[in-house]
Amino acid sequence: MKRRAIVVAVATFALALPAFAQSPRKIDAGKSRIRFAFKQMNVPVEGGFRKFDATVSFDPKKPEATKAEFEVELGSIDLGNSEGETEAKRKPWLHIEAFPKAKFVASSVKAAGPGKFVATGPLSIKGVSQDITAPFSLVDAGGVRTVEGQFPLKRLQFKIGEGPWSDTETVADEVTVRFKFVIPSTK
Amino acid sequence: MSSTSATEFTGTAIGLHWIAAVLIIGNLAFGLYMVDLPLSPAKLKYFSWHKWAGVTIFLLSAARLLWKLGHPAPALPSSMPAWQRKAANASHHVLYLLFFAAPLTGWLFSSAAGFQTVYFGVLPIPDLLSKNKELADILRVVHHFTNYALAALVVLHAAAAIKHHVVDGDDVLARMLPFLKPRN
Repeated sequence: MKRRAIVVAVATFALALPAFAQSPRKIDAGKSRIRFAFKQMNVPVEGGFRKFDATVSFDPKKPEATKAEFEVELGSIDLGNSEGETEAKRKPWLHIEAFPKAKFVASSVKAAGPGKFVATGPLSIKGVSQDITAPFSLVDAGGVRTVEGQFPLKRLQFKIGEGPWSDTETVADEVTVRFKFVIPSTK
Repeated sequence: MSSTSATEFTGTAIGLHWIAAVLIIGNLAFGLYMVDLPLSPAKLKYFSWHKWAGVTIFLLSAARLLWKLGHPAPALPSSMPAWQRKAANASHHVLYLLFFAAPLTGWLFSSAAGFQTVYFGVLPIPDLLSKNKELADILRVVHHFTNYALAALVVLHAAAAIKHHVVDGDDVLARMLPFLKPRN
């Protein structure tokens, strides 16, 4: 009897273990979002990326031990109009032929209040790498972990929009990137 | 001089007519020119200017319509055959309809394409439609054809005015272009 109880206890613990372990997980790309917003002629415009992937190893109790890598397929840009999308893939903008992917590595994550964190790390786009700081919130519910946040970036620092497009009166320099990552259940 | 008798247009009506004429013909030509330009910062600027002009035309047309209610247009010459008077009346109604339809379809198209109209870059005009690519493709065609119709009617309107002056020898054109009037 006693032995059986121990076996049950061990089995339960073993099943529950991944919930606490920091095994790397792939995000649920279908439920996750990467969107961006900027101003064009002072008019707010929105877009996003359809294809991206991330592997996250994150323990809210030990945020400093986080390992997270995000990759975005820039060719999957969604602007809602084909003229803009074609242009965005060209050399003056994202130059996806030479730089098909953007990458972010969360090299440091710090707690910033209950359910709130701040991630810092290098963001690489178009051959340029710049440290960015992205505050995010975390909710564990329904067996999934949802991470949501946003950060600003200056497009010209990444050479996004060169030549005549560097005119910030038509297309603003500041771009707000919003993200939502759904990390599948802890089973 | 400034009598508002039914034989003359008011100075206000004449002034607004010619401002509208310049804006409408200018914006039609400008729209036609800019659509086929390759994407560039200039093109983005042109699209914004085109929209601002469209909003202005909409407001100006509303102002003209209100003015018209209080200051009816002078009657057409009695020498005109009845069918011509009917045709003139009908074409003016359709013109006004298109003065409003052209900017409205442009605004709807712009919203569906995901670009809010911000008047002079300052005053955001609310979007009735949200971003919808399929709808935007339809509204682009609707906006184009509304404006082809407007352009055709503007040509008809001007041609008829010239015909009145040159062929009929009446004062229909002169009352909108006072310097054509014989002095007495």
